[in-house]
Amino acid sequence: MDDRVILRVGAKILIPFILIFALYVQFHGDYGPGGGFQAGVIFAAAFVLYALIYGLGNVVRVLPPKAAYVCGALGVSIFVGVGFVTMALGGGFLDYGVLAHDPAHGQHYGILGVELGVLITVFGVMVALFYAFAGRRRIEP
Amino acid sequence: MSGMLGMVNYWAVIVLMMVGFYTLIARGNLVKKLIGLNIFQTAVIMMYVSFGKITGATAPILIQSGDHGGGGAEHVVYSNPIPHVLMLTAIVVGVATLSVGLSLVVRINEAYGTVDEDEINRKDNGL
Amino acid sequence: MSENLPALLIVVPLILAPVAALVGRRDLSWAVAAAACWWAFGAALALLRRVQAEGVIRYELGGWAPPIGIEYRVDLASAFVALIVATIGAVTVVYARTSIAQEITEDRAPLFYAAYILCLTGLMGIAITGDVFNVFVFLEISSLSAYALIALGHDRRALTAAYQYLIMGSVGATFIVIGIGLMYVMTGTLNMVDLAERLPAVADNRTIPVAFAFLTVGVTLKLALFPLHLWLPNAYTYAPSAVTAFMASTATKVSVYLLLRFFFTVFGFDFAWVGMELHRVLMPLSVVAILAMSLVAIYQTNVKRLLAFSSVAQIGYMMLGISFGSVLGVTAGILHLFNHALMKGALFMAMGCVMYRVGSVSTDRMAGLGKAMPWTMAAFVLAGLSLIGVPLTVGFVSKWYLVQAALEQGQWAVAGVVMVGSLMALVYIWKVVEVAYFGEPDPDHELREAPLGLLVPTWILVIASFWFGIDATTTAEVATAAAETLLRGLP
Repeated sequence: MDDRVILRVGAKILIPFILIFALYVQFHGDYGPGGGFQAGVIFAAAFVLYALIYGLGNVVRVLPPKAAYVCGALGVSIFVGVGFVTMALGGGFLDYGVLAHDPAHGQHYGILGVELGVLITVFGVMVALFYAFAGRRRIEP
Repeated sequence: MSGMLGMVNYWAVIVLMMVGFYTLIARGNLVKKLIGLNIFQTAVIMMYVSFGKITGATAPILIQSGDHGGGGAEHVVYSNPIPHVLMLTAIVVGVATLSVGLSLVVRINEAYGTVDEDEINRKDNGL
Repeated sequence: MSENLPALLIVVPLILAPVAALVGRRDLSWAVAAAACWWAFGAALALLRRVQAEGVIRYELGGWAPPIGIEYRVDLASAFVALIVATIGAVTVVYARTSIAQEITEDRAPLFYAAYILCLTGLMGIAITGDVFNVFVFLEISSLSAYALIALGHDRRALTAAYQYLIMGSVGATFIVIGIGLMYVMTGTLNMVDLAERLPAVADNRTIPVAFAFLTVGVTLKLALFPLHLWLPNAYTYAPSAVTAFMASTATKVSVYLLLRFFFTVFGFDFAWVGMELHRVLMPLSVVAILAMSLVAIYQTNVKRLLAFSSVAQIGYMMLGISFGSVLGVTAGILHLFNHALMKGALFMAMGCVMYRVGSVSTDRMAGLGKAMPWTMAAFVLAGLSLIGVPLTVGFVSKWYLVQAALEQGQWAVAGVVMVGSLMALVYIWKVVEVAYFGEPDPDHELREAPLGLLVPTWILVIASFWFGIDATTTAEVATAAAETLLRGLP
């Protein structure tokens, strides 16, 4: 891998922007196209790119497979957790209006929380999928 | 919207769907079958997305009356966002199906040493 | 919190699934799964009670009103199906503790339980949702976890079986999405109640029959009606024992419910039966399913496979009842849905016990098991009696209703088919009994009775199949009321 300087340098330049762009898509989801699904995939794409250029071993040091699984589960918990909070506050499941004094603010907080959950889950699952396929050694019959 | 040309989106969907379905049925390679399945599902996604299109309508982002010099906001026609949102879910389902399918194929390959349907049948019946 | 019960029924298992996957130890993840299943059982029971007392429960997710938001709509039929799924889930999870400990390695067990809970969640979700697209999402949740569960089987053929199920199941689900999309484009709504109101106005348009056709094919693929059943025998044969017991008693049943929901609630009796003359398709297919699949079952030597073909035949009985389109017929269908879940669950669990001790369910390895494993084989015989339809068992109750429904419409030949089907069931159950009780045991193998962890759940289902056979009034009342609600359509 040492001779592919352009790839290595290019990836190093690109990855921070990919991560920032993912966050932009995430937070822009409140006002325009975007949201957790897309942001999660883009965020995961940065890690996949890193793995493709620098090898699976290096990316696993940054983000162990276990952490990816935990992310996948954690996101779901955040999503459902928001639903539980709204139920505890007397609303229905995922009824964001009760989250703040002003229902419009409540909607805002609620969708932020839910989209964060979606981001984390999609990111975790995408990276876990990549690990699962890339990390599997070929077993000759 | 008259005649066959007005329905061009449906023709595209039908062709794509049949390409996928044929691959699914006719190919013996398990990976190719999955690709066929994915094309088949993509055709449905395209069908839904074309449902949401309204001629002359803009993207379904709420334009506040202050944004464009005011006044014009009431006359804006938005495309229907619901089919798009539904397809977001369907895409996720498609990805999940594909990855479960591929992981099965990987394990089938490890267990049988082949991803060809006929050969797998032969090995099973030869047991 | 009690007004949130429909959401909690789904959400609590949903949040426990990732927990089960993460705890990492077999026993802990089993405990989480058991908590999820028993919670679902309690919630489903409470839900059924409330529907019986107060009528239909409508629950808006996120506080969005139905045309825009997703609505859970729980009526008698959906609460009943949700309860069936949750009951079988709660019994099977007990069974799984012992059975899975032997069949699945320690590191995979947490993932097994996570997939198991997700499958349960998806199936209950299909039962209680009132939004047709949400049906698709829950269908895929349950199906995807089912593929994973089946692939965990010991035999490598479990992998090909799961793959085949994945291909056919995905095609079925995609057909359902196409049908839903065509309905949406004609009516502009995804809510079942709104669809039912708006569909009659556009029913003359060719799009709606096309949507109907896609939905029919998609759902019958999922429920394994006769020519579309090819995925089922292998999937049931090679899946782990607990998975087979769970899937056989729930997955196809929920699809039958989905069919009822689409045909009666969304399209309505007038469109589906009078307009499209659905019975002309369903009835012959059901009759062929009963006769042909029972015949195939007789020739099987692998008992799990035998029971799988028997399942396809039993689905034929359910569809036969539904195809009459009368209150009595649909009652018979719903009753058989419940009854078959009990007896097929018990039969597959008994086979799981045999698998646990013998390591095979082939008839030539089962000689003399009647002496070596008396309780297991007794459970098999009693549940088998129910499958045949002997009086005092649940099988008798549903066949009684089915024959009545046939005679009500003067269909003597169809009533005869039900009888012939029962005789064929007698033949294939007897085949196993003969080997187990009159065969000479293999002297080299010292066999013991299955452990209590497997026997107790099996016997719970066996006793239930007698309990509801002797006192059928409760289930018959619920089924009749559910059938009446379905046939009346929506207010």
